[in-house]
Amino acid sequence: MKLNKFTNLLVIGLVLCVAASGCKSKKPVGVTDLPAPRVGKVPDAGPGAPIKPDQGTTAVPGPSVPEGTPSNPANLHDGWIKDAEALKAQTVHFDFDSSVIKASEKPKVAAVADYLKANKGKAVLVEGNCDERGTEGYNMSLGERRALAVREELIGLGIGATEVDTISYGKDRPVDPGHDESAWKKNRRDDFIVLSPPAK
Amino acid sequence: MRLKQILMALILVGAGGSTYSQIDITKTTVAPGNTPPIWVSMSGLTGEAASTLQFDLYVQGFAFTNAAAAQYLISGSNNENLQAKAVDPHNQSTLVSKAYAGASLRRQVHAFADDFVQALSRKGIAQTKIAFKGENSPDSEIYVADFDGHNTQQVTKDQTLVAAPDWVPKHMALYYVSYKLNHADIFYHDLTTGARRAFARYGGSNMSPAVSPDGSRVAMILSKDGWTDLYVCDADGSNLKRLTKSPQDESSPCWSPDGKWICFAAKEKERRTLCKVPAAGGALQHIGTSGMPSPTEPDWSPDGKWIAFTAQYRSGFQICVVPAEGGTAISLVEGEDPSWAPNSRTLAYGRRRGGHYTLSLLDVPTKQYKDVSRISGISSQSQPSWAR
Repeated sequence: MKLNKFTNLLVIGLVLCVAASGCKSKKPVGVTDLPAPRVGKVPDAGPGAPIKPDQGTTAVPGPSVPEGTPSNPANLHDGWIKDAEALKAQTVHFDFDSSVIKASEKPKVAAVADYLKANKGKAVLVEGNCDERGTEGYNMSLGERRALAVREELIGLGIGATEVDTISYGKDRPVDPGHDESAWKKNRRDDFIVLSPPAK
Repeated sequence: MRLKQILMALILVGAGGSTYSQIDITKTTVAPGNTPPIWVSMSGLTGEAASTLQFDLYVQGFAFTNAAAAQYLISGSNNENLQAKAVDPHNQSTLVSKAYAGASLRRQVHAFADDFVQALSRKGIAQTKIAFKGENSPDSEIYVADFDGHNTQQVTKDQTLVAAPDWVPKHMALYYVSYKLNHADIFYHDLTTGARRAFARYGGSNMSPAVSPDGSRVAMILSKDGWTDLYVCDADGSNLKRLTKSPQDESSPCWSPDGKWICFAAKEKERRTLCKVPAAGGALQHIGTSGMPSPTEPDWSPDGKWIAFTAQYRSGFQICVVPAEGGTAISLVEGEDPSWAPNSRTLAYGRRRGGHYTLSLLDVPTKQYKDVSRISGISSQSQPSWAR
């Protein structure tokens, strides 16, 4: 069967070959000219402009349904001044592969709520982070869920939803580059960045 | 008693029959990790031409031996341009015999590798491209390269975190996540012009873009509604639809080749699992992975038959494949985040060493793998997306 197929190919090849050129040479025939590479230059991407506003596809959930609180528009705090120091002591830590705020960490979230209540007009960015023991794709989602969990806690403590933004860095922003539990437990965290409106 | 025996016999016949048909199926597709390589020999090629051809064929399931033991004999020369032929010594037939001109010698060798593989009724991948995340801590950028890691070009210069590239099928364009605007946003980037636009900039984080096989829709993970859920919209950004509604995690969507399903990593009853959901919306279906721990980062093969994914063990991560309908998963090699080549048999993936990744290519049937060439100045290369 297999032999037949190849014999056929051979015969067809020979016939074509003879028809085309007389087939005297045993050297390769028919030079294949290659086209230019498909990727040309990849220019600098530039700043990447138009901003797509939130189209608001989902209704605001009723209070009886335990749902997530809709996130703030992406550009709500554009240009606000970032302060990573003010709430540095309140960094919240998590257990492995968990976005549950431990009882031991809740006083820190309460301290953040108190800070925001005492500093009206400021907002906070909650940055969710993971240790390296997870795939990159999974950790992006996990980091965001850690930030969202603290956001819900802050809202529960009376902070307005518009005052809390979230971002996930997955496992790409470790505070400790080590590869053991002492590093990992520092890296599973939410950092708080205080946002102040720009001076006019 | 007799009835029981007859029933048993029937069951055995049935089982035997299904086993037999399973063997038939693996003949026409791949038997992951369990297929011997095709032995070839090579003579006359030297230097870069020889090493390029060896790489090209090795990651497509060929292995090299001497002429006496080889199933196919490759011979040629590479004085400036490549001339090469492949012969089947058993019936003296010539599969390919060509001379090449133009482009680079590497490219000529890739073209010959494709001609040879196609002569064996397979799809060649030696002239394809990959996109990936290249990290130089703490920032990362998107790069594109030949499938073997050569001819790397930097796509973004955002000087921040840029990640999760996804190649638009049959187009020179990518979707990826960039933090350029102080926010995790999804961008669309035309590689021929360099023009790009913010594609998804909803509140919260915009993550893991996955474009449908026909390029008309994009699946992604958004937290705009307060949870990390799976959404899909048209390629112009309209018709956004929420496909999951759960406080649990959803991550890493990918499409079935017919565009009807979106597969993703999810959590059910506190256990991580793979799920699929109709792209038009509907009920979630579980995809069984026979106990492989914590499956994430699925990728559906272009022929529709397999889903590759990352399993997480205590000791590390494994590249696995499972029939697309679910079933017995097969663990192949250590690695993460697999992306199928157009041939539905080679995977690009990341291998972790310490905190850094190296990209590697795996031929699924033979389990042969080799690292792609590294870029200097980049400490880590991960999240490959194969142009297909």
